[in-house]
Amino acid sequence: MLRFFASRLLQSLLALLIIITATFFMLRFVPGGPFTAEKAVTPEILRNLEAHYGLDQPLWKQYLDYLGSLARGDFGPSFKYPNRTVNEILGDKLPVSIELGFLSLVVALLMGLPLGILAAIRRNTWIDYVSSSFGMMGISIPTFVVGPLLVLAFAIHAGWFNASGWYSPMDRVLPCLVLGIAYAAPIARLTRGGMLEILNQDFIRTARAKGASELRVVFKHSLRGGLLPVVSFLGPAIAGILTGSFVIETIFQIPGLGREFVNSAFNRDYTLVLGTVILYAGLIMGLNLAADLTQAWMNPKVRLEG
Amino acid sequence: MFNRRFVLLCLAVLSLVACKKSDPHSSGTPGATIPGNLRILNLGNGAEPQDLDPQVVTGVPENKIINALFEGLVAYGPNGQGTIPAAAASWTISPDGLTYTFALQPDGKWSNGDPVTAEDFVRSYQRILTPSLIAEYANKLYAVTGAEEFHQGKLADFGQTGFKAVDARTLQITLKRRTSFLIESLKHYAWFPIHPKTVEKFGGLARRGTKWTRVENMVGNGPFTLKEWSMQQRLVVEKSPTYWDRDAVKVDRLVFFPTENIETEERMFRTGQLHKTNELPLDKTDVYRREQPESLRVDPLLGIYFFRVNVTRPPLNDKRVRRALALAMNRELIVEKVTRQNQQPAYNACPPMEMFTSPVRLQGDLAEARRLLAEAGYPEGKGLRPIELLYNTSQNHKKIAEALQQMWRVNLGVQVDLVNQEWKVYLDSQDTLNYDLSRAGWIADYVDPNTFFDLWRTGDGNNDTGFSNPDYDRMLQEALNTANDVDRMAVYAKMDALLMDEIPFLPLYFYTRTFALNPAVNLPQNLVETPNWKFIHFKE
Repeated sequence: MLRFFASRLLQSLLALLIIITATFFMLRFVPGGPFTAEKAVTPEILRNLEAHYGLDQPLWKQYLDYLGSLARGDFGPSFKYPNRTVNEILGDKLPVSIELGFLSLVVALLMGLPLGILAAIRRNTWIDYVSSSFGMMGISIPTFVVGPLLVLAFAIHAGWFNASGWYSPMDRVLPCLVLGIAYAAPIARLTRGGMLEILNQDFIRTARAKGASELRVVFKHSLRGGLLPVVSFLGPAIAGILTGSFVIETIFQIPGLGREFVNSAFNRDYTLVLGTVILYAGLIMGLNLAADLTQAWMNPKVRLEG
Repeated sequence: MFNRRFVLLCLAVLSLVACKKSDPHSSGTPGATIPGNLRILNLGNGAEPQDLDPQVVTGVPENKIINALFEGLVAYGPNGQGTIPAAAASWTISPDGLTYTFALQPDGKWSNGDPVTAEDFVRSYQRILTPSLIAEYANKLYAVTGAEEFHQGKLADFGQTGFKAVDARTLQITLKRRTSFLIESLKHYAWFPIHPKTVEKFGGLARRGTKWTRVENMVGNGPFTLKEWSMQQRLVVEKSPTYWDRDAVKVDRLVFFPTENIETEERMFRTGQLHKTNELPLDKTDVYRREQPESLRVDPLLGIYFFRVNVTRPPLNDKRVRRALALAMNRELIVEKVTRQNQQPAYNACPPMEMFTSPVRLQGDLAEARRLLAEAGYPEGKGLRPIELLYNTSQNHKKIAEALQQMWRVNLGVQVDLVNQEWKVYLDSQDTLNYDLSRAGWIADYVDPNTFFDLWRTGDGNNDTGFSNPDYDRMLQEALNTANDVDRMAVYAKMDALLMDEIPFLPLYFYTRTFALNPAVNLPQNLVETPNWKFIHFKE
């Protein structure tokens, strides 16, 4: 277990270094820089700006300097926002993205699990069909369609919510719902599949033969095994919710990390791009590791090998 | 065991969610609600401000906020035009037009209660010209004696520049050459003062990006003070109790929302979260025109939409080909059918303004366009290589480019290929002359024709066409040296004629600014989007 953990950690660190290196150099080879602007500054001012941020140094030196400050936990200054550091921006935005992601995940699980379980128990009835069509719709209708539709219905016509923002608890409802629905769909399908497989097993027949109630069969005997596919999906799903919330954050003007991530690339805010990439990469690796561990805990068939 | 834990967890989460949904009154849109009897104005402001240091920032969203927090020597009047006293109560100009003497407001105060002194202004100008601050707009002050030399490190003693505090309330600015638009350019925030003591406290005067612009530190001299700044959320300013003309300020609080997504912004307007949007999606303009014209505003904006022509590349190095392209554009049709926001078709380089309406108009018809093309050796477009038209990725630019592509093909037989690039890549291509034709826009910083003619100076950082004409450069200088505005405008007319003969760019239309505005708000028009916030109020 410990060996597994240590070797996975080492692999992750190596992958992270490769990601940082690739991002660093790719950014520099993209045309246009942080100070390219429609109203051009004079060449002297441009030179001073580049010197101020160390962009006049040879690329290899900039790279080493960056790694050095990274080792000290310093992501550097933002080019776009002169009076803010990348650490500060990430520290500001990450909690928002986590809150959005967590609440959406709760919505996704609360909708997806019951639907999937019901569909599995009542296979080939109208409940199953409704659940499956919901799953199909949730997967195929993108959030940038669902989002504005819900805003139109509940914010503009009904007047229950704000059209956008992240100020009061009420402002959380629509975005979390939209993002939650998108992930509820695959969860429902996976749950249904997993549950069906378990429900067809001999030990379930035995439990039923012993006179166990349907509730007991479902919750006591099937759920743990039936949810395995969902658990292995959750790792990438959480990462996807966190990194993929850009669209939702834009539609609802949520001050999260996803928007910063995309905008920083447009702004060529080198340090902010790198900061978000590193943070996301770390999150994805951590979550995948967590998913592996959880899976091993839930399924005795899975063993952790180094 | 497992199932009980699971059920408990579900219940806990469910109750949490239920709690959140059960209280509809907790939906406080801060700003849209009116605590007490405060008059609060909610504004869509485009993008998150980079910073609030008037000597460091460069953008339009920042401009609007800075005009609330700071005040320059002069400002736009109640109808959004003209010049009225601001931080300066009055001023005199010496007969040779070189020395400006400003008497500051006797009651002018910073938001911490300190008086606004001439020394504050001088130290502010010293700061923006200090090389280590790397102020991108420092060159806006170059007309002043010694400013350029000090900024480039050739002059060490700031006392030798043309900035001088005669006494606490008298500021003198001496120019190295007559600049008749100086007063107009003072409305730009590069000329605004900062509070030297405050800036010094947070890392020194000559450093950019320090924390003095944070809410808890900020000191300004404008009609409003900074109350809240939540990045990518909102920025709130409140009526200043120390502002010298505080009785004239009609609104208690302005809330600026960063609204990058214009679709979202429009929805915010419809739910009442905003009194004013920054923009309006093109598709929505017709809907507003039809269904709620009282909320639609289409203001003129001092700017031009045009296409740069790379005059260094054949066949576009031939003036006749450029001219043929310019004549074969049906501008009326594009404005009426494609852009549809009351833009004015452009047949010259400079949009009309109060002091100058150019007599120049690009002359010629389609027959002449065809004749010119044939003369250049490409009858009916034969033998001409396909020409690339570059634009930055955007639906609106694409629609315009496609319309032009069609016009040039049908009218001249010229094949034009469309190329779109992401914003910074596009800027880079333009800067390195890596294009044939390139879509562009230019919005004035202050109301004067100079800003449109300066663009085509040889080697100007924004020329980006390879165009260079010694006569033109000479006239630009000559205009600055004229004794009065009548003579100066006559020179500009000659320059405009030269441009419309040489065609280093293809003018398309003069901009307008379209936005949604709550009919209860009175907002004066301003040609360069520089509001004087004290004249904005709710209609009684």
